[in-house]
Amino acid sequence: MSDPEDSAGARPSVGGMGASDPEARHGSAGARPSVGGMGAISGPPLLSVDDVSVRFGALLALSKVSVEVRRREVLAIIGPNGAGKTTLLNVISGFYHPYEGRIVFDGRDRTHLAPPDVAALGIARTFQNVALFRGMSVLDNLMTGRLLKMRGHFLLDAVWWGPAKRQELANRAVVERIIDFLEIQAIRKTPAGKLPYGLQKRVELGRALAAEPALLLLDEPMAGMNVEEKEDMSRFILDVNSEFGTTIALIEHDMGVVMDICDRVVVLDYGRKIADGTPEHIRKDQAVLDAYLGATHG
Amino acid sequence: MASLLYAVFVGPFKDMASSPGFLIEVLLGGIATGLMYSLVALGFVLIFKASGVFNFAQGTMVLFAALTLVGLIEKGAPVPIALLLTMAVMIALALAIERVVLRPLVNQEQIILFMATIGLNFFLEGFGEMLWGANVKRLDVGIPDRSMMVAGIQVNQLEMSAAGTAAVLVAILAVFFQRTRIGRALRAVADDHEAALSIGIPLKTIWIIVWSVAGLVAIVAGIMWGAKSGVQFSLSLIALKALPVLILGGFTSVPGAVVGGLIVGVGEKLGEVYWGPLVGGAIENWFAYVVALVFLLFRPQGLFGERIIERV
Repeated sequence: MSDPEDSAGARPSVGGMGASDPEARHGSAGARPSVGGMGAISGPPLLSVDDVSVRFGALLALSKVSVEVRRREVLAIIGPNGAGKTTLLNVISGFYHPYEGRIVFDGRDRTHLAPPDVAALGIARTFQNVALFRGMSVLDNLMTGRLLKMRGHFLLDAVWWGPAKRQELANRAVVERIIDFLEIQAIRKTPAGKLPYGLQKRVELGRALAAEPALLLLDEPMAGMNVEEKEDMSRFILDVNSEFGTTIALIEHDMGVVMDICDRVVVLDYGRKIADGTPEHIRKDQAVLDAYLGATHG
Repeated sequence: MASLLYAVFVGPFKDMASSPGFLIEVLLGGIATGLMYSLVALGFVLIFKASGVFNFAQGTMVLFAALTLVGLIEKGAPVPIALLLTMAVMIALALAIERVVLRPLVNQEQIILFMATIGLNFFLEGFGEMLWGANVKRLDVGIPDRSMMVAGIQVNQLEMSAAGTAAVLVAILAVFFQRTRIGRALRAVADDHEAALSIGIPLKTIWIIVWSVAGLVAIVAGIMWGAKSGVQFSLSLIALKALPVLILGGFTSVPGAVVGGLIVGVGEKLGEVYWGPLVGGAIENWFAYVVALVFLLFRPQGLFGERIIERV
């Protein structure tokens, strides 16, 4: 099967991160200027989840949860297994719909939108169990992330001419920058399904980035990774946040990582929010300690 | 022994060389049949690519389309009107299938969707008969099923027009699904529903598009096969011939469906004409399945199918 983009001879030149290159260097995990709210800009939150409840039959997966995601921050959503973290992410990205409460994104109520419409608003996500297009190359996977940015020219696409060609090349250039950014040049033609798990997670992040989202939702971006891979992923997440100004909400179990890279932490337990604050604050919170250490639930 | 080897490996080729005109006729016949197999196989490929479902009802869709067209013509509708109405019916069918069958089964196991298409198959069969009756109907497309001589070679007009139409349709679809943005979205949907949704691909729209296109392809296939052998229940059985075509070409490849169809069509005609007498004929009936079996052993993804990747 021949892919049009593979046969495009005129690949746009790729040189590091282009204009934002200088900043790329000091955005690494170690050199985070300060942890705890510095990255966030005040003003109305980018996303606010107000008193949202989600029910699966008799099970109340989320119960009147309110979470704000502020512009340009890195927010962690943590909690024991079954706390409702992924459910919260699924509600935000439109896979589940709350039976009460509302979700406001960028000043607009979007409580009942379906996933593709949520994506169109500028919310991209990754999944807990990597959901890549396994049969496609890494490059194609990233290109699918650009679909929303592309306009259809059925006939022109078909003959690979004029605006269709310019569009494909422009989008290809964006994707190439992301490939450089995530340091996955070597595997760009490899089918995604053949990659080791850690790289799949990275490619999935790349696909989400390709959509140039305003809000990036990451469901356990570091699950199953070794220390080195976790460090890389932490660095990418911080770089995305500082360079592209992308607001990030992530679910993570590794407390060390959470404390290192997040501005703010929301803690869920049994579908309820039990704490919300800076990492320092969360570390000392009695309710959180109880939830994790298994104190009896009231 | 020697004479047997001669009869299998030498004789047929000598026959081919001795009358090239006849060989060309056989080849043309094979190509024509092959393209018509491709047409049916294409319907499968489109749906398989977009939903990962093997659509058991594809053959019945061909029958249903042909029945509807003939039925409308018998009711007195002029041919162009009948054709447009049939197209509308197939698109309405696609909308209904998405709403009633696919949407409630999002993210279910493939086998469950497959079972659903078996149900669809029986429904369409019964529904078609209820509406239009079970009698064999003649479909006249205005092209005589006669042979004519072109440059000393006998060609069947109906077969050649059918092959030409099939070739054009196949080319349009191949370009449409390989080159356009829809093509990439289609591959994405086939791979992972959730991920496709998360990057903004509306599953519903994609499904309606592919089932509609599969329905339109079914109309063309129904007209071609119906004009050749009458519109009757057995029309739905040509789906069985599309199966080896799919195994050869790969379930996910539009060009694969074409090449697979040609291999099967030409292969079975050559086999029948030149090797048939050796085994008493009827090679045409099983040739495709034997080739498919060999492919399953050595190249299960087919010639152009996406590699089967299994990480443990």
